[in-house]
Amino acid sequence: MEKILHPLIEVRNLDLDYDDYLVMRNLNFKVNKGDIFIVMGGSGCGKSTLLKVLIGLKKPDKGEVLYSGENFWASEETRQQELMRRFGVLYQGGALWSSFSLAENIALPLQLYSSLNARQIRDVVRLKLALVGLVGYEDFYPAEISGGMCKRAALARAIALDPEIIFFDEPSAGLDPISARMLDDLILELRDILGATIVVVTHELASIFAIGDNAVLLDTESKSVIASGAPKILLNDSRDSRVIQFLTRGERQGAG
Amino acid sequence: MYADKLFLDYSIPKTLQLKLSGDWRIFSALPTVDEVIAHFSAHPEVENITFSVSENIEWDSGLISFLRHVTRESENRNIRVNLEGLPQGAQKLLAMALQVSEKIIQRPIVHEPFLERVGAQALRVTQSTLSLLNFLGDIVVSFARFFSGKVYFRREEFITILQKCGSDALPLVSLISALVGIILAFIGAIQLRLFGAQIFIADIVGIAMVRVMGAVMTGVLMSGRTGASFAAELGIMQTNEEIDALRTLGISPVEFLVLPRVMALVIMMPLLTLYADIMGILGGFVISTGVLGLNPVEYWNHTQSAVKVAHLWIGLIHSFVFGIIIAVAGCLRGIRCARSAVAVGEATTSAVVTAITCIVIATAIITFVCQVLGV
Repeated sequence: MEKILHPLIEVRNLDLDYDDYLVMRNLNFKVNKGDIFIVMGGSGCGKSTLLKVLIGLKKPDKGEVLYSGENFWASEETRQQELMRRFGVLYQGGALWSSFSLAENIALPLQLYSSLNARQIRDVVRLKLALVGLVGYEDFYPAEISGGMCKRAALARAIALDPEIIFFDEPSAGLDPISARMLDDLILELRDILGATIVVVTHELASIFAIGDNAVLLDTESKSVIASGAPKILLNDSRDSRVIQFLTRGERQGAG
Repeated sequence: MYADKLFLDYSIPKTLQLKLSGDWRIFSALPTVDEVIAHFSAHPEVENITFSVSENIEWDSGLISFLRHVTRESENRNIRVNLEGLPQGAQKLLAMALQVSEKIIQRPIVHEPFLERVGAQALRVTQSTLSLLNFLGDIVVSFARFFSGKVYFRREEFITILQKCGSDALPLVSLISALVGIILAFIGAIQLRLFGAQIFIADIVGIAMVRVMGAVMTGVLMSGRTGASFAAELGIMQTNEEIDALRTLGISPVEFLVLPRVMALVIMMPLLTLYADIMGILGGFVISTGVLGLNPVEYWNHTQSAVKVAHLWIGLIHSFVFGIIIAVAGCLRGIRCARSAVAVGEATTSAVVTAITCIVIATAIITFVCQVLGV
């Protein structure tokens, strides 16, 4: 794939606050097209807040988020909406609408934004369900399927509009190791097939090493990024004790 | 149609070549499969389908779902489909889409015969009655345990609940009961004016407010306000498994959640009712003296002589009963709530409906009993 000069997502001098309490100061990082980018960090370090800023749910007090060089939060609201349509988001609990069947969950964004007719929508819904391995479950309601299936169905909804960027909030939370692994494989597959860029917020080490091309590690105490790069390389090369502790579940102490 | 996107080429014998170009993304209008199918019927000699895509094609799931359909239709007609001309990614995605079976898994839909449904309904009624009695029993037991000092009771939370279902409701209760007083005064005036007995408006407003209207209006307001909030709060707690968490710790949810709420409402309802009585009488007073031109002192004396202590007690008994009804309905619906967003909504609705219905029924019963007793 050809190299593109603009990083797909660029975060500049971003401050994150949670109810007026500053959690992260002066964040800077870039996400390249086609990467699986991981935002990692301990609980309460502002990962989820960062995700909200990236997907356009929360306006930051200070700092910029650029998509292909375009400043998201400085754009007009209609333009923001257009940009947001290029995102797919998998929320932590799936967030499927409980009064809709799976097919209706996935069809809603298509009905709202695509120019497909009812039959074409049904086809696309089926295709998306096939991609996450849930074909045939069109008429089921979220309450009638297991947690792992809900997550996958939610992923099908997230990719309904063929997004350019897919955001995952703690994809493995609440899943058994096998389902979590399956979801990781699915993420890799989707990246390859759809050519999407993927941003994952997580602290699951297994996932981080399995899928991450690039990552940033947020640290609560210093309120900043303390490491960035490919997770495997970070594990081998980093000399920062905090980084090593995080990446080895505290089993190995760092040199410094 | 869609000549810029789809062109059907028959130049090679027995072969249909689909030439794809332009924007095949889901945000643009796409050709439907029917157009291609129509060609199948018109050209029965076709045995192969091949594809060629132009440089400028942009595609996503829109193209894939179209191709999937075309491929399926061709297979049904024994036409061979050669995917080689398609972009690599599209081939992979299409292969995946074609692997899956067409069948739809049926949700287990249970068809119940009529008699079975009637029976089930009857059983449900018994069951819900039993469950209500059980719940009431639990409340009584927890009250007994409370008075023997065995209940873990959180005073701060209780005070918060008292405040929420007491003083926070004052503005609303003031407005509504003052208006009820005003309405009673006006309605009384219509008839009493005919006899020149307008001063008896004071009796009507006083007795009606104190004996029943104050309590009923407060009860209806509190069903909508506090009963609904109890149901929603406990319903969400049930959905979040917070109530299960209490049970695992050996804490009875009835003692921990229901008891303080019932107690708060049983304390607050009579107080709110007294307040509503005063506001209602005040509303009637202002209208009677200000608009209907009655003498304030005379009005006051009439009110004093008409409203007896017995009326006050009857009003307070109403409000006490209503307090129990509202709190029990709200908490019961909340705790018995199923785990979904819809269920919380249903629990709230049902709490309010149950409370208001029971309030009206209770009013009828109390009124009847008072009639029989001659109070």
